[in-house]
Amino acid sequence: MTADTTTPTPVASGTTGEPALKVDSLWKIFGNRSDKIIGTSDADLSRKDLQEKTGCVLAVKDVSFEVAPGEVFVVMGLSGSGKSTLVRCLTRLIEPTSGSVVLNGEEVTSANEGQLRELRRKQVAMVFQHFGLLPHRQVIENIAFGLEVRGDDRTSRRRRAQEMVDLVGLSGYERSYPDQLSGGMQQRVGLARALAADPAILMFDEPFSALDPLIRRDMQNEVIRLHKEVGKTMVFITHDLAEALKLGDRILIMRDGEVVQVGRPDEVVGAPADDYVKDFVSDVPKSHVLTLKWVMRPARPGESDSGPALQCDTIVRDAARDVLAANGPVRVLDGDKVVGMVDDQDILRVVVAEEGTS
Amino acid sequence: MRRRNRVALVGVAAALALALAACGSGGIKDTTTASGKKCGDLNIAVNPWTGYESDAYVVGDIATTKLGCNVSYQNVKEEVGWQGMSSGTIDTILENWGHPDLVKKYVDQQKTVVDAGQTGNQGIIGWYVPPWMAAKYPDITDWKNLNKYASMFKTSESGGKGQLLDGDPSYVTNDEALVKNLHLNYQVVVGGSEAALIQSFRSAEKNKTPLLAYFYEPDWFFSEMKLVKVNLPKYTDGCDADAAKVACDYPPYNLNKLISKKFADSGSPAVDLIKNFHWTNDDQNLVSTYIAQDKMKPADAAQKWIDANPDKVAAWLK
Amino acid sequence: MTVQVLARPVNKEAEPPTERAKNRHTMPLLGAVIVVWVVGWLIFRNHDTLVLSFQQQTDFHKWINDLRDNIQASAQHNWFFHGVIGKITTFFNWLVEQIQHLFSLPAFPRPVPQVGWLGVLVLLGWVGYAVAGARSAILVLVTVFLFGILGAWQDSVDTLIITLIAVAICVIIGLPLGIAMARNKLVSTLVTPVLDTMQTMPAFAYLAPLALIFGIGASSAVVCTLIYALPPLVRITEHGIRSVPATTLEAAGSLGVTKRQLLRQVQIPMAKRTIVVGINQCTMAALSMATIAAFVSSPGLGQDVEQALQNLDVGGSAVYGFAIVIIAIMLDRTTTAASERSEKQSAARVASVGGPGVMLVTVVLEHLPRWASEETKGRRPLPSKAFRRGILGIGLVVVAISIWLSRQYLSLASFPKSLDFGTDISNKVSDFSDWFVNLAEPVTNAFKNVVTYGLLNPLQSLLGESPFWLIAPVILALALILGGWRALAVSVVCEAIIFGTGLWHDTMVTLTMTLVATVLVMLVAVVLGVSMGRSRRADTIIRPVLDTFQTIPPFVYLVPALALFGPTRFTAIVAAIAYGVPIATKLVADGIRGVAPTTVEAARASGITRWQMIRKVQLPMAREALLLSTNQGILYVLSMVVIGGLVGGGSLGYIVVSGFSQDQLFGKGLAAGIAITALGVMLDRIARYTAARHGRA
Repeated sequence: MTADTTTPTPVASGTTGEPALKVDSLWKIFGNRSDKIIGTSDADLSRKDLQEKTGCVLAVKDVSFEVAPGEVFVVMGLSGSGKSTLVRCLTRLIEPTSGSVVLNGEEVTSANEGQLRELRRKQVAMVFQHFGLLPHRQVIENIAFGLEVRGDDRTSRRRRAQEMVDLVGLSGYERSYPDQLSGGMQQRVGLARALAADPAILMFDEPFSALDPLIRRDMQNEVIRLHKEVGKTMVFITHDLAEALKLGDRILIMRDGEVVQVGRPDEVVGAPADDYVKDFVSDVPKSHVLTLKWVMRPARPGESDSGPALQCDTIVRDAARDVLAANGPVRVLDGDKVVGMVDDQDILRVVVAEEGTS
Repeated sequence: MRRRNRVALVGVAAALALALAACGSGGIKDTTTASGKKCGDLNIAVNPWTGYESDAYVVGDIATTKLGCNVSYQNVKEEVGWQGMSSGTIDTILENWGHPDLVKKYVDQQKTVVDAGQTGNQGIIGWYVPPWMAAKYPDITDWKNLNKYASMFKTSESGGKGQLLDGDPSYVTNDEALVKNLHLNYQVVVGGSEAALIQSFRSAEKNKTPLLAYFYEPDWFFSEMKLVKVNLPKYTDGCDADAAKVACDYPPYNLNKLISKKFADSGSPAVDLIKNFHWTNDDQNLVSTYIAQDKMKPADAAQKWIDANPDKVAAWLK
Repeated sequence: MTVQVLARPVNKEAEPPTERAKNRHTMPLLGAVIVVWVVGWLIFRNHDTLVLSFQQQTDFHKWINDLRDNIQASAQHNWFFHGVIGKITTFFNWLVEQIQHLFSLPAFPRPVPQVGWLGVLVLLGWVGYAVAGARSAILVLVTVFLFGILGAWQDSVDTLIITLIAVAICVIIGLPLGIAMARNKLVSTLVTPVLDTMQTMPAFAYLAPLALIFGIGASSAVVCTLIYALPPLVRITEHGIRSVPATTLEAAGSLGVTKRQLLRQVQIPMAKRTIVVGINQCTMAALSMATIAAFVSSPGLGQDVEQALQNLDVGGSAVYGFAIVIIAIMLDRTTTAASERSEKQSAARVASVGGPGVMLVTVVLEHLPRWASEETKGRRPLPSKAFRRGILGIGLVVVAISIWLSRQYLSLASFPKSLDFGTDISNKVSDFSDWFVNLAEPVTNAFKNVVTYGLLNPLQSLLGESPFWLIAPVILALALILGGWRALAVSVVCEAIIFGTGLWHDTMVTLTMTLVATVLVMLVAVVLGVSMGRSRRADTIIRPVLDTFQTIPPFVYLVPALALFGPTRFTAIVAAIAYGVPIATKLVADGIRGVAPTTVEAARASGITRWQMIRKVQLPMAREALLLSTNQGILYVLSMVVIGGLVGGGSLGYIVVSGFSQDQLFGKGLAAGIAITALGVMLDRIARYTAARHGRA
């Protein structure tokens, strides 16, 4: 039953070898002489105590994780949890206090200014909550901006930008100015701008928080679509658990600058690391997230040889119809191997529990 | 991009304008010069009183029309005019009231300014009362009686004492020292300009209110109102040597003209005009009346007088 | 997120109670100090008042005179004064003269300028179209034509020349400086106090030394206009670059821009509109100073206004004042329209204001005269590029033809006399004014006497007749109570400087007038401001009037005030009120309007009367705006009270003016300039720190 919360499980398309992003004991403390704190006993203080004692604000505390190529990695936490700082530390938009970040095998933390610039121009692109568009440029010029600053020639960057316009569904708006577009469309521009440079990694900093719920859902689907189409590695920051569960291959939950839990969506919901996470996920429709693995019971002797079977990573909601239609317990397989059984009771327990809470 | 175009357009326009300006000047005739010598620029200082304006515009008008000078009038205070002559931005001062300290500095020591002779005007500075007061209080014209009447001259500005109204801050004045040294119970209050003084006299005469004020001759205003001078202790040579200890009346002034050394050496025909310029208090007052009373523009007033006095003008142009 | 957390004060909960406790003690403490002062005054009246009579001079004054003499003597050969300054002077004089010969002065031997009035008119109209569009072009044409109608052709064009040269130099210096300040903290820290001083220093204070160094004439005029007009441009540029949103900078940073790319492709384009507003402010300040520069013989309308002041010529001052106002409107509208054109801007909020002699960084753009505001609301579609180019091209041909014509025909070269109505208008106005002054004399006199005897004289005797050793600590105590330690520190330094200038008593007299005028300004400002803040209609009626008053250069006010009240301190005060009320009123009005509608609604729901609403809700909640308004009011008033020295205001202003015109008083005049500056800085800082401490209710 216990989910492994420390070692990442590569989910996406069987890539092995180097991670796309590797973060090792990253710290960020704001304030004077903050670099002196790490390694002392002060570092163990809570955020509040540290601030009272030294005046420094702890934003990111000893964070480590890896992201596999092609993976969508979500960092989730409430405001003030340090997630935005964390993502900025990854490309050193905010200078981390200590720790290391390795991006596609390249050490970010020790890069000089020129290397860092190159890295930002080619390797990583970012989408921001407030879009960060240039109001004095047309949509197409905004999208081409990154290409322009890295010195691509005019025709090639125009062509590329036009492709991106089409990709994000903004055709016809190339000549508009940002303030003539709706929020959702502006964020499409932001997305297109990030994609234009064809980066290895895309980073999203709460990109949809400022949008209306319906538009937010469209944009989430858009990201899923784009991910399928271009297959980029993505690091996605959000405070919205539903969004995290919907998009994330894996989720990192932060609180007060610390990592609380890292795991697949079903792991987070099925096996919350502590009460904080448990409280967090209590409202989540579990049947939408949990897989059979989390609801099955061990097979009783004699049950396991026949009848309908489902794979153990099938989501409960999707399995419900089959299980309820079956005349008895259903076998749960991991590959060919029977790992357990589910029956109507197991399914209903998850679904009905939800009804009760909502 | 667009901006660059705009800039380019402005540039082209300027170039075109200049090109046109350079070629097409045919329609308007150049100023003709009566005398053979080329006059060039003439910068005349204009000090802030009407009488001076009369001098300046009469001379300036003649210099323009008869000598073909390019005259510009510089409105400056007296001492600024001296400075201007020293630094070369001003060529002449046409009515100078004494200023022995400046004469010493610029004429004797620096040698940047040269005396250009008398204007023919006699200058008087003093304290005056409106006619009705002189009629009603005949003894007021003796300074010894001033304290007797001090309370009458009280105003909101004089801090409980009698008010002595002064003119422009740049005017030659010993008034504050005089009040102190003659032990007068008066306070000097600054009116700010010739016009302010005249306005005050008019309203004092009209409303029969008391007024004691600094004034001077020649001034056109005497043709409107016969102000009466208060006699201060008689002026003797050197009694005003120490500005802080003055206790005597102002000296009589023979007003003179000054030109800068640079201008004097320039060979401009205007130098001779300025040296020759000489007229009476009445002449000046007439032009001043045109300006101040009849509200003519100074240049028009000067023109009117010049047209009426061809002989005098001819004499200056010899 | 975390970054924003940092910006908040650390001990947010702990502070307010202590602050409030301080505020509670303020009133009794102030009372105590004033009681001590009055008692001390009663006992020691007229002792040690440090009166320095007009002709008396201190060693310091004489030392400055000697210094001046040395500079003058060395001006002939010294490498710096002759070589550097001399060259600059010659250059500016030459430049202005060349342009004048082109457009305004007869280009000898021609009896007329190279380009006649028609040429100038059409050329300026074309430039107006090029930078700001068709409406502005029409405005420019009308305005420039009016120059001639008003009989002020040459002087108006001269004023334009001086103003525009100064603005051009300001842009050359100011833009890079502002950008450097925005990008580099050190530069900003170093330059800001210099700008502060440049702005607190009343223009009058530095005219004389400038005239000494650069000689009288166009050169000094350009330099002093430059000094005056530069700070707003630098400040607004810095602000514009700084206010590019952090999110945008971050986004650009994430795309890997270089610093240069960031500046050229992000910061400058996004700050462009703000920068054009800066140029607008710079232009308006330059125009206002170009008028005052008449004192150093600057060519232009200032001379005419000064002349009118000299001759008590209300009509003349009205005509020339009007000419200045229409130039101001023209320049303001054109530059504003130009900034509107610089399209696709972020919503720029500007935090600086250009007011003669003074400026405060926190004052917002809306308080400036905004002639163009109506037409800027909606974004009008711009004509297509091709259309514009076509018009510009055709216009160019018209310009060329006009210039050519204006060189051919005398009636197109110098403005025809038959169209010159200046004298007529002037005489009509003068007649009206004479009639009015006669009529109003009893009323104006009574008013003058009430204020003078009731307010001015008692306060002056309290300030002027107290021993300096009494009043100096009293002022320090007030500074401490109101503004805290920093205000105290500044006041100590300023008092020391004032003491050092030897003009203590005169400074106290100037202070008296400033305080009285400020009180009156605030009375008017609160009444007008509250009604404007509460009623849209009052606002629409009053605001244009305020805008007009703000556009009139300060010393145009003096003439009618002088005609009404004669040469008295009160005249200076009236002019100061006219000058200070607009800005103060606008600040109050915006403060009142800024009170949260929910609060007003809640108050109304509890059934309070209108008067209670004003007194108990709106005014207390607009406290910050009131303090700010007082601060601005004080500084505007001070700069005007100084100029009031010209019309019987006496004290420091009078000494400055005298220093101009009397050789041996140069040193004393300069010392008075220093004293004024010190007084200004002291009042400004006390007011500012008071606002900072007590601003938040």
